[in-house]
Amino acid sequence: MSTAVINSAVLKGEFRLLRREPGSLFWILLFPTLLLVILGSIPSFRDPDPSLDGLRVIDVYVPVTVLLGLIVGGIQAMPQTLTGYRERGILRRMSTTPVRPVALLSAQMLVYGAAALASALLALVVGRLAFDVRLPEQPFGYAVALLLTVLAALALGAVICALSPTTKVAGAIGSAVFFPAMFCAGVWMPVQTMPDVLARIVEYTPFGAASQALNQAAAGDWPGWGHLGVLVAWTVLLTAGAARWFRWE
Amino acid sequence: MRSPRARRDADAMPVIEVTDLRKSYAGRPVVDGVSFIVEEGEIFGVLGPNGAGKTTTVECVEGLRVPDAGRVRVTGLDPVTEDEATRRVLGAQLQESELQARLTVREALELYAAFYPRPLDWRPLAERLGLTAKLTTRFAKLSGGQKQRLFIALALIGNPRIVVLDELTTGLDPRARRDTWELIEDIRANGVTVLLVTHFMEEAQRLCDRIAVIDKGRIAALDTPAGLIRRSAGATVISFTPSAPLDDRDLNALPALASIEHKDGRITLSGTDETVNAVITLLARCHITAHQLRVTDATLDDAFLDLTKEAAA
Repeated sequence: MSTAVINSAVLKGEFRLLRREPGSLFWILLFPTLLLVILGSIPSFRDPDPSLDGLRVIDVYVPVTVLLGLIVGGIQAMPQTLTGYRERGILRRMSTTPVRPVALLSAQMLVYGAAALASALLALVVGRLAFDVRLPEQPFGYAVALLLTVLAALALGAVICALSPTTKVAGAIGSAVFFPAMFCAGVWMPVQTMPDVLARIVEYTPFGAASQALNQAAAGDWPGWGHLGVLVAWTVLLTAGAARWFRWE
Repeated sequence: MRSPRARRDADAMPVIEVTDLRKSYAGRPVVDGVSFIVEEGEIFGVLGPNGAGKTTTVECVEGLRVPDAGRVRVTGLDPVTEDEATRRVLGAQLQESELQARLTVREALELYAAFYPRPLDWRPLAERLGLTAKLTTRFAKLSGGQKQRLFIALALIGNPRIVVLDELTTGLDPRARRDTWELIEDIRANGVTVLLVTHFMEEAQRLCDRIAVIDKGRIAALDTPAGLIRRSAGATVISFTPSAPLDDRDLNALPALASIEHKDGRITLSGTDETVNAVITLLARCHITAHQLRVTDATLDDAFLDLTKEAAA
């Protein structure tokens, strides 16, 4: 029981602790949907747009807000918490017990992953109820793309944590990665509306590929294997990097 | 005095064995051939100046560091290859560590209890450590003393055979320090072996059955507190103001003399009981009266300074 990578007591504890972080909860769970509501309040965004193949801007922004929660949780919140745990000797304290500190790492990933998925679900539900955005027409493909994106985001967070000696550095690297990640996800300009060359490049980033895969699944197609492949490749690469560079103390 | 030797024969297995332990950081040896044995039920002190290698030594015992060379056994287990089994019998309080800021005392106790197969009931433990009133307080809101007591509780919650306490009373006020000492004696009375790292002489003298003095990565001495004082060169200090000047040659010829100091006409000598007798004989022979004659035993402080000075030379 105690050598396991996942420890239920640690997981329960970390879940409870995240509930006590109003800042993280707001940015991961509420902020993306809030942004969706603000965009949806602009009347022209609710009209079909010929440049979007007849879709409305709000339709295109639902996948973007789904990704936003993953980006905040995986890149901003988790690396800072985990780096703080290392900096303040919490991982080390756990090393003296029969439970391995990897239990804390896995609990953090599960808790932030779950929060990001809850945020995605909230965005989908609010999009459907408030703005009549259709739910993904290929739900299974959507779920696969979403899960792969969660894994890639958490792996990216783990690399940031591995490379950051202090919480401050984790915050700085997190912010430096945060804006490009949001750009690739299409926060400023949905990937479908990007110029061809730019879209081609962005599709090779984790969140650009995720954005395209989610759009395809939302429209009822199976997400392109190329996009899913990009996500898997990033996850494998980033996980290997995190495993290579991560320090417990 | 208990007899560790008799216990050892009966048990046939010391709880901690460290043999020729070596550990370097960046080519600089921090622990350079340390050996000692801790018997069951002992309070064993590891004493030494800052940077002497005390913490690295106990971290090898705790399995937090892998030794470069040498052998470490905890109840016969190798802390590196049998880490999980070791951690079930050994509870640790680390010199610098924290808990999650928003975790409450009760949650911390419950969480750490869940890590062990046969934990203690946290309620009486919290009671014994005076934490009952703080159970719903978050870690970040605890005082230094309360945090230390919580860490002692967490070191004990797994019902260990051994606890390692590293610089436990650093930063505590004198009252809290004395309470903590009573607690450590209490822990031992319950049959738990205590490995205590400290740089407080008073603490070591009061608590420890035996002390290993570590200096520059080596054991400078290993004995009972009384034994360390006795064996140090200046174990007895004699001071007096002579009624007439004394010839330095006579003083230097005193047996077992460790040091001489002249200050404002007062002479302070350190040595052994033999030195005391010789001084009195000398004074009588020279018809000199010793005003305000004081003979005192050295403290562990003196012994420690003497021992670590020797190692430095």
